[in-house]
Amino acid sequence: MTKELEQIGWSMPDLASRVALDLEDGWFVNLGIGLPTLVGDYIPEGKEIILHSENGLLGLGPKPEPGEEDWDLVNAGKEPITLRPGGAFFSQSESFAMIRGGHLDAAVLGAFQVSQYGDLASWKLPNATLGRVGGAMDLTAGSKRVFLFMQHTSKQGPKIVEECTYPLTTPRCVDRIYTNLAIIDVTEEGLIVLELAPGVTFEYVQQLTAAPLKLHADVRIENIGVKL
Amino acid sequence: MIQKRFGNVKEAVADIKDGATLLVGGFGGSGLPLNLISALTEHGAKNLTVVSNNIGAVSDGVAALISNNQVRKIICSFPVGPHADDLVERLQKGTIELEIVPQGTLAERIRAGGAGIPAFFTPTAVQTELGEGKETREFNNREYLLEHAIVGDYAFVRAFRADRWGNLIYRKAQRNFNPVMATAAKITIAEVDEIVEVGEIDPETIVTPSVYVHRLVQLESEGEVLVND
Repeated sequence: MTKELEQIGWSMPDLASRVALDLEDGWFVNLGIGLPTLVGDYIPEGKEIILHSENGLLGLGPKPEPGEEDWDLVNAGKEPITLRPGGAFFSQSESFAMIRGGHLDAAVLGAFQVSQYGDLASWKLPNATLGRVGGAMDLTAGSKRVFLFMQHTSKQGPKIVEECTYPLTTPRCVDRIYTNLAIIDVTEEGLIVLELAPGVTFEYVQQLTAAPLKLHADVRIENIGVKL
Repeated sequence: MIQKRFGNVKEAVADIKDGATLLVGGFGGSGLPLNLISALTEHGAKNLTVVSNNIGAVSDGVAALISNNQVRKIICSFPVGPHADDLVERLQKGTIELEIVPQGTLAERIRAGGAGIPAFFTPTAVQTELGEGKETREFNNREYLLEHAIVGDYAFVRAFRADRWGNLIYRKAQRNFNPVMATAAKITIAEVDEIVEVGEIDPETIVTPSVYVHRLVQLESEGEVLVND
């Protein structure tokens, strides 16, 4: 873990295990490159989650042992991976037919910005020469649920905003936001805080969020650690 | 007798002309037809339009064609990587054109090209910068964009095993863009680990049927290195 990630609230591995708890047995799930990939390491034993990768795989397993890497078996981040029994290979067009056709139960992705309406900006920074869209627009347009896995703020400030100012990935697509500080649902009634990280107050989260938050009636203030 | 086998990659790419559109399979370094690309850098055809998912993931991929000033236009989803500097420099100088396409739309545009579908509607990229200026239409209360098919003059694909007719099977995630690109070019050239006699590949397992494949090159068993950085 880099220093940047050692912040108040959940650590990224703790948050990954928290996300993993919400993935239901039997779901087909795509984990975005970078931080969201961590979720794959924290799926509780006994729960079968079938992980999808854009480059044509279902049934991703853990990283291979050092020396066991196979460069014909990589994930969407081009990192060596393993395939579980029951896994399958298919082409990129089939892979995205699956995504676009609504066959994935959830995509867990990173974000630059997310608006109070669930608009997502994740592929291009303002004024950047190059964007890196990859499969982000397809995943957010096609998956049944879009979960964000991210730090609550960036160096530029709040990432949860009233309106995105960065180029959009997909409008109105995000269902739930998992950050180091809180778990927030995007609803018709606005952003609802479902859960606060240990030691984090609602007021603190609101201070670091550039859009109005509401506290869910049953919010779990005293969260029990979910280390596995 | 059908014979699609070429002696080497140099012969297989020899007739590629300036201005050709080239589909290049692979995802990062995985399933990338490195030997065909290398032969094309030596061959030197210029003003190419290259369609490939990643630009700059590996130095000897499409990045090598860019560095060698052979490319006029790039169509890709991910133009960023450790070897994308020459692309950025040429974009700033205005000597290369870049079209960024969402990955699923890229795959489907190529699929449509190979399947005789001139255009299709997709929800991907609606109300985004990448959808600007595109025709839209509403189906079942949802907005969709019109996207046009992509076809190539040539496709470079990497496969594991071919038979003499050009039926192909792939190894693990090497498959990625290769089967769809194989369908969408006038001339599809496959570099493979081995070419076997017709009948030696179980027909139940064939991924790319021979109708799509025009040229085959069997790689030397050594000297082919896939580097992922």
